[in-house]
Amino acid sequence: MAVLEVRDLSKQFGGIHAVEGVSFDVNEGEILGIIGPNGSGKSTLFNCILGQLHPTSGEVRLDGRAVTGMRPCDLNRLGVSRTFQLLQVFPELTVRENLILAAQEHKGSMLTRLFGARDVGLTGDAGRMIEFFRLAHVAEAKAGALSYGQQKLLDAAMAFMAGPRLVLLDEPAGGVNLTMLANLRDRLAAINREEGATFVVIEHNMEFVMALCSRIVVLAEGRIIAQGDPADVRRDPKVIEAYLGH
Amino acid sequence: MSRARILLGSATGLIIVAGLIAAPFGLKPYGIYILTLWAVTAIAAIGLNLTLGYAGQISLAQGAFVGIGAYAAALLTTHGWPLGAAYVVAALACFAIGWLLGYPALRVQHHYLAFVTLAFSTLIYLVLRNEEWITGGIYGISNIPRPSLFGYLLRSPRDFYYFCLANLALVSLAAWWLIRSPWGRAFVALRENPVRALSLGVDTRRYTLMAFALGAALGGISGVLYAPLVQYIDPTPFSLLLSLNLLLMVIVGGSGYFFGPFVGAVVAVLLPEWLQSADRLYDALGPLSDVMRFVLPPDALKYVAKHYLVAYAIFVMVLLVFRPSGIIGFFQRRFTRRKPDTPPAAPVTQAKVA
Repeated sequence: MAVLEVRDLSKQFGGIHAVEGVSFDVNEGEILGIIGPNGSGKSTLFNCILGQLHPTSGEVRLDGRAVTGMRPCDLNRLGVSRTFQLLQVFPELTVRENLILAAQEHKGSMLTRLFGARDVGLTGDAGRMIEFFRLAHVAEAKAGALSYGQQKLLDAAMAFMAGPRLVLLDEPAGGVNLTMLANLRDRLAAINREEGATFVVIEHNMEFVMALCSRIVVLAEGRIIAQGDPADVRRDPKVIEAYLGH
Repeated sequence: MSRARILLGSATGLIIVAGLIAAPFGLKPYGIYILTLWAVTAIAAIGLNLTLGYAGQISLAQGAFVGIGAYAAALLTTHGWPLGAAYVVAALACFAIGWLLGYPALRVQHHYLAFVTLAFSTLIYLVLRNEEWITGGIYGISNIPRPSLFGYLLRSPRDFYYFCLANLALVSLAAWWLIRSPWGRAFVALRENPVRALSLGVDTRRYTLMAFALGAALGGISGVLYAPLVQYIDPTPFSLLLSLNLLLMVIVGGSGYFFGPFVGAVVAVLLPEWLQSADRLYDALGPLSDVMRFVLPPDALKYVAKHYLVAYAIFVMVLLVFRPSGIIGFFQRRFTRRKPDTPPAAPVTQAKVA
């Protein structure tokens, strides 16, 4: 069953078609990879799906319900989470605080968040996430003091804190060293397996995509040029041309 | 936090609180007046620190809210209402107006937002000056009574000082609770990275408006206490200068640090007074002054006292150039970890989405 349906989505900036007539489904429990050369519209597609940008036309449905143009915070509370291409942690908060923040708005109301417990009952969840992403030794450090790779792990952990059913990851492997990369891939695969969370992953690192994804969509110049099984997509002449140029 | 730090912190806190309680017994009425002014101003600075320091929304309108509070208190109490009524009216009115003033912040940020709030500040000033039928115009409102508490009239400077100090304590406790609650965490997230916060379910629109409204309400409360302190108000003290001065307090004290506004208010309210009477320092020091005279000649102190505003301006400039994270920020970094003293990172803007 499709968790996310994208129908004929387009986004124009002035006269430029960043995304043009893109349609695809994301099925329950799968890991879908989106690849494509730089500037092919991957991140714009993400931002349109997630309400960060308003699509020029087209529709996005979550569990069959239209969510096009819904605010990112409302979409997030429906169980859609994301990471960004660039690192986005809160440097002045500790690792634990970052994680609590990532789920606190899912609990209670504004009033209970003002007068209730300081941790919103999330200390346990945050602790488990810290263990799971192997961040225990830096749990009380400010996120800004962490290494790049650790911040990347924290960034991913935050996306999973509220127990989302759909997670969109924008270049999770960007700038991460090999050991950390294997660690990150492990963790993502484990969450997918154990919690049944559905992923959409934008990635340049082919090894990472091939090892992690069950299906791949290829974008070039804002359009889908191929989709299907990773091995088939890799051999597709149109994909090779898009990457290597004419 | 280590045990030694907690101990050191509580000891310092106790000494300062004891000092504040004992102070009026060693001061002339003018000294008590200045100290009361410090407490009243600190309340407005705490409010601005919520809006600017924690939530990262610049406002050049905090002085206008102090004005609204002061006029609410002056008008109501000179018409026979108790100060408590003015308290509620001013806090609610400023909360509502602050909420509305937050709407531009949803569209513009940084210096654009500064100018929007600056325009609002000017607008309020013009209303206070020109709408004579209600505000008395440039003649202002006089004979503002001191409040009574449980039937006891707080007429003497000392009594009124304690009243204001108690208010400051209550406001501090409330602010402390707020910034340690999940709201405080959401405010910091809003300041550091609004786009990411939004993607994590933080309703940044509601928190932005709330940051403005709460900051404004504290500005109003500060005004409610200011009116009976000076007992005569006209529009002049509530011009843009007050807003700028409050901004200075938040930044000099340490923007985004809980104790920043208290220290900032010391710099803005007490320091000029101290500098002005610098030449009397050696009279106060007694035998110690014989040693000091070699290091710092009395003529230098006389010079400072004569040109105290120049000395004050130089102090503030030097401080901001060398300690951009403010006085508290400097000490905080000094005692926690070795890290270069940098100003807080600028909030990330929409551009990061792409």
